Amino acid sequence: MALSRIASSTHASNLLKPLSAALSIRRVISSDSTDPLTIETSLPFISHKCDAPPRAVDTSASELFSFFRDMATMRRMEIAADSLYKAKLIRGFCHLYDGQEAVAIGMEAAITKKDAIITAYRDHCIFIGRGGTLLEVFGELMGRICGGSKGKGGSMHFYRKQTNFFGGHGIVGAQIPLGCGLAFAQRYSKEENVTFTLYGDGAANQGQLFEALNMAALWDLPAILVCENNHYGMGTAEWRAAKNPAYYKRGDYVPGLKVDGMDVLAVKQACKFAKEHALKNGPLILEMDTYRYHGHSMSDPGSTYRTRDEISGVRQERDPIERVRKLLLAHDIASEKELKDIEKQVRKDVDDAIAKAKECPMPDPSELFTNVYVKGLGVESFGADRKEVRATLP
Amino acid sequence: MATLFQGVGAVTPFSASSSLDSNKLLLPSRKSLSISDSRGSIFVYRSDALNLKAATRKQDLLIPNAVATKGETSTSAKSGHELLLFEALHEGLEEEMERDPRVCVMGEDVGHYGGSYKVTKGLAEKYGDLRVLDTPIAENSFTGMGIGAAMTGLRPIVEGMNMGFLLLAFNQISNNCGMLHYTSGGQFTIPIVIRGPGGVGRQLGAEHSQRLESYFQSIPGIQMVACSTPYNAKGLMKAAIRSENPVILFEHVLLYNLKERIPDEEYVLSLEEAEMVRPGEHITILTYSRMRYHVMQAAKTLVNKGYDPEVIDIRSLKPFDLYTIGCSVKKTHRVLIVEECMRTGGIGASLTAAITENFHDYLDAPIVCLSSQDVPTPYAGTLEEWTVVQPAQIVSAVEQLCQ
Repeated sequence: MALSRIASSTHASNLLKPLSAALSIRRVISSDSTDPLTIETSLPFISHKCDAPPRAVDTSASELFSFFRDMATMRRMEIAADSLYKAKLIRGFCHLYDGQEAVAIGMEAAITKKDAIITAYRDHCIFIGRGGTLLEVFGELMGRICGGSKGKGGSMHFYRKQTNFFGGHGIVGAQIPLGCGLAFAQRYSKEENVTFTLYGDGAANQGQLFEALNMAALWDLPAILVCENNHYGMGTAEWRAAKNPAYYKRGDYVPGLKVDGMDVLAVKQACKFAKEHALKNGPLILEMDTYRYHGHSMSDPGSTYRTRDEISGVRQERDPIERVRKLLLAHDIASEKELKDIEKQVRKDVDDAIAKAKECPMPDPSELFTNVYVKGLGVESFGADRKEVRATLP
Repeated sequence: MATLFQGVGAVTPFSASSSLDSNKLLLPSRKSLSISDSRGSIFVYRSDALNLKAATRKQDLLIPNAVATKGETSTSAKSGHELLLFEALHEGLEEEMERDPRVCVMGEDVGHYGGSYKVTKGLAEKYGDLRVLDTPIAENSFTGMGIGAAMTGLRPIVEGMNMGFLLLAFNQISNNCGMLHYTSGGQFTIPIVIRGPGGVGRQLGAEHSQRLESYFQSIPGIQMVACSTPYNAKGLMKAAIRSENPVILFEHVLLYNLKERIPDEEYVLSLEEAEMVRPGEHITILTYSRMRYHVMQAAKTLVNKGYDPEVIDIRSLKPFDLYTIGCSVKKTHRVLIVEECMRTGGIGASLTAAITENFHDYLDAPIVCLSSQDVPTPYAGTLEEWTVVQPAQIVSAVEQLCQ
């Protein structure tokens, strides 16, 4: 699908070539080119107890193109989830990630699928980044069996074992020790992989974070703790919750880096740097300065603790997708029309996935009791008339 | 005795065909069982296939007599080796660590110190500091770390220095340990073992005498077992480590120095089975952990008074072995539960409900549950004695029930 879309855009660019030549706008790079392109991040990195990585990021036209497409998919998916929630097809809690897509995409660009990612409940887009499909997302959100966790987890419990995405956790901060455990397992099995443990500015005040940080630093675990600082812990602004809101510094003995989380290239550079650092020197904290347009969850309007001007201001100046769009246009990798076509295609994909997910059935009532225990040692809810006493060991 | 010897790997066909019928197992002494004539029903297996043939040959040489005659120089009467309960745990743990390189231990002072109850003594020197990990005092985080490691396939054993400290890790145990297999739709298994000593000790004070089985029992997705003898301690430890489910193994502070003779051969017990300690006819006494010994002490008095109690050590606190319990209730029609948990919301309360729901028709008298008083455990020795169930109370309860 991806390749055909790039191919179609080059077809279009071939057609447009004489036109653009006539208009004396030369197409500099084609959108499927993998030639290295160096672009500077808009803001410098600020570091704590380490050397900041350079601002010049190595990327390529095709990578930027894929950034645009993937971020547009995520954005469209979250907006669609918003309408589905209002239509009461998604119930319970729904925490949307729009505005923060650059963090998910930039991270994926810097690492492999063997590296582990674990996050909290704002996990729909990270799941997509790790290879989840739109159908699995919408299926799970609507509680159908085609969902990633067969409809039994919900919005806050997306997991993907084969690409090392460990979820999806509802309790604030509880995923941080888990992330250290993942890093411990990586060190134990001597794999050259790292774990990215994501948490928010609200969770940054949890004790378990500092306990886990202490252990990770003590044993040089390849754990990278990423604080997705969207400046609001639900309704409480960061300066009202934290004495020291410079989260990248709060690791004290653990080095930290502050990154512009709305700039996908900065995120990519920081994550690449972090991976190299963690494999050699142990844990690192990355603070991603990002923003969420929606409220904390669908039950939070998001405007009682911040002004609409602030939200629209960020949307105009720092929106991650707009930034990439400007880059693509400035470097002549794609035209306005191509990008609009992609957005249309994305919209269609999302609508198709939703339609397919709506047709999917709900789990069967017998599924209530599956996956509570792992079979193999005869564990079931025993009744009085149980005839089988034995269990066979693996 | 409904204990089970189970084989490893290729033995599966054998164990399926043999059925240790609980009716057959009314042998009071376990020593005779190990050399019993039911040759087909016991399979003790060496862990490596090379000794397969040796093991079967040894079995053929077993003496079929149930009673060891004096003057015999056979090894049968003196088979096995004597050790203390904590040594049995240590043996089980070491055997499993030897068998599977993914098994690791983490906890406070388990490594260099050798474990506060010496269960992990010598393991750090043998397996290294990463495999037997000394953690800082951060129960919530190192339990979470164990669970995260278990998600990737490692098999950690998290030791709480005292079960009471694991209350700090309750969130991790309840939400992550118990529920991840379910909420991920079966993608992740959490083969973790969380163990530690609990229970009322000798004047340890309120906070160090907690019985957490009542708090953990309603967490879906976990299994709970309580060991009471060196024999079942080793077997349950091994079974818990091999289980793909999260298991909480409850040990008792006062039982660590119990001495018993256990078999030399490798054995693993079933996590969901109860143990028939003393078969009887008049009343079923259900108990676990330290209270087993109070019950056995009371049983001596009761036998002298002419009663014939059937004592079952339930061992598996979650899920209950309702089969064994049900068969017993069917026979005796009277139930007494003796536990160390608090009265409110304890294991006894759940067991009473389960038995009433399932076996109401078989009961001739209401179920009596003797549990500890709903008070923080006092320091003073006499008061502490009064919080826990004593043999005299058990005797009078049985007398009352059997009227």
